[in-house]
Amino acid sequence: MSESVYIAGAFEHPTREAPNKSTMQLHADVAAGALEDAGVPKEAVDGYFTAGVPEMEHSLTPLMAADYLGLDVAYADSTDYGGSSYISHVGHAASAIRDGKCDVALITLAGRPRSRGQATGSGVRKLRTVQDSYERIYGTTNVTMYGMAARRHMEEYGTTSEQLAEIRAAASHHAQYNEHAMYRDPVSVEDVVESPVVADPLHLLDCCVISDGGGALLVISEDARSELDRECVEVLGHGEAPKHHDAGRIDITTTGAVESGERAFTEAGLGPEHVDYASIYDSFTITVLEAIEDLGFCKKGYGGTFVADGALRADGELPFNTDGGGLCSNHPGNRGGMTKVIEAVRQLRGETSPEVQVDADIALAHGTGGSIATRHGAATVILGTEGIS
Amino acid sequence: MDVWEPRPLPNVTPESERYWEAASNDRLLLSKCPDCDLVIHYPRARCPDCFTETEWTEASGDGRIYSYSVAERMEGWPEADLPLVVAYVELAEGPRMMTNLIGCDPDDISVGDSVSAVFISTEEDNIGIPVFRPD
Ligand SMILES: [Zn+2]
Repeated sequence: MSESVYIAGAFEHPTREAPNKSTMQLHADVAAGALEDAGVPKEAVDGYFTAGVPEMEHSLTPLMAADYLGLDVAYADSTDYGGSSYISHVGHAASAIRDGKCDVALITLAGRPRSRGQATGSGVRKLRTVQDSYERIYGTTNVTMYGMAARRHMEEYGTTSEQLAEIRAAASHHAQYNEHAMYRDPVSVEDVVESPVVADPLHLLDCCVISDGGGALLVISEDARSELDRECVEVLGHGEAPKHHDAGRIDITTTGAVESGERAFTEAGLGPEHVDYASIYDSFTITVLEAIEDLGFCKKGYGGTFVADGALRADGELPFNTDGGGLCSNHPGNRGGMTKVIEAVRQLRGETSPEVQVDADIALAHGTGGSIATRHGAATVILGTEGIS
Repeated sequence: MDVWEPRPLPNVTPESERYWEAASNDRLLLSKCPDCDLVIHYPRARCPDCFTETEWTEASGDGRIYSYSVAERMEGWPEADLPLVVAYVELAEGPRMMTNLIGCDPDDISVGDSVSAVFISTEEDNIGIPVFRPD
């Protein structure tokens, strides 16, 4: 049996709009927050993980960030799968710890798209990658790409706008109990389908918020755990999968969650039936729908009927995103993976609002970073209350 | 749509210049693997299945709508060409290709409809842009 690895600290920046702070300052804020949450001194950090500091043109991310944060680490990793990066980082930190490369791994995310007026979902962005020349030149944006995925899912499986809307409605039901959530007013299925169409068939309320902020996690070894007087959660399994355009054979109704979920469940020795709470990356409602099917929470194509029955609500079959998720609460840096892990940790430590607290021993956090309709990094972690393994 | 600009132009590389130049002559090129016969879009010098060096093959320009989405507004897009229809077209040769649908009312199109390639010229002689029009 391999060494147990723990998440000892989790911190979500309370801000949703930070016009007077720098991005690196937010990294420092959340790093300090996670260390304080864990009760671990800064000098104990010997591993560092981050991705995609968006305000830097060059991408020497871990080096620049380690310099700014004053981190002298033995191990660093900057795997960048977009928004799901930080879920990957939990798994990579666990591997590095089990390899003896480090004992106390800090993961940080920060970004200020709201203050920078950067609605990444909606405008033509500068062509950067080889693929952009075949995709972005057509005015393809994140919302139109996810719109295409939603339409194809509707076409193949009969999914409806109302079923997608219930995902937002459930998230908003949870967000009303989160004092930091950007949108706290509950919305109905009707509210969602009657909101303006932004990329047919997706409506404005099918899309996540644009917010400033960040978050951090502290992943530690058994040795480091033994020195702490802090309720921790165990990292039970991790899996990831880049899913791509596949030379033109892409199927936009299916995500890399098929593989990442399978890998994470196998590592944990668990299955979807064991999951008490799930944080599912919700860049758009369709992102959630495809992920819960692909993770095995329902049969492929039946996500619509599954969610329409109220499964995602705190008192439902698969309580999800009890903080309100990216749809209602927070999507710092346009990257939603970090907050997914943080809310899963809160659930396992019993730290959420009582109205949405689940009796959870096993939690899953899943991310879909990049675009569901071209290429994305799927990453899944399975966490448990301490001693559950 | 007479000319592509002010829409963004592709970054032309040694690997892709024949693709864009062919489009400026109303031809749609695809990469094809001489070893495993995979037909590939976007073009690549080596087959992503087996790493054999690819050859060019000319596509028929026929395809069907795999999926599409409609944006009523688009920053930096000519007003006259809104709403913007972004689509995946499944080419007759196999690959699903990101593109625009032009010359159609978005209310009149459906997944599965047949479409044909048309080519928009740019201010660069050696760059044309393939888009599709419903048949
Ligand atoms: Zn080949």
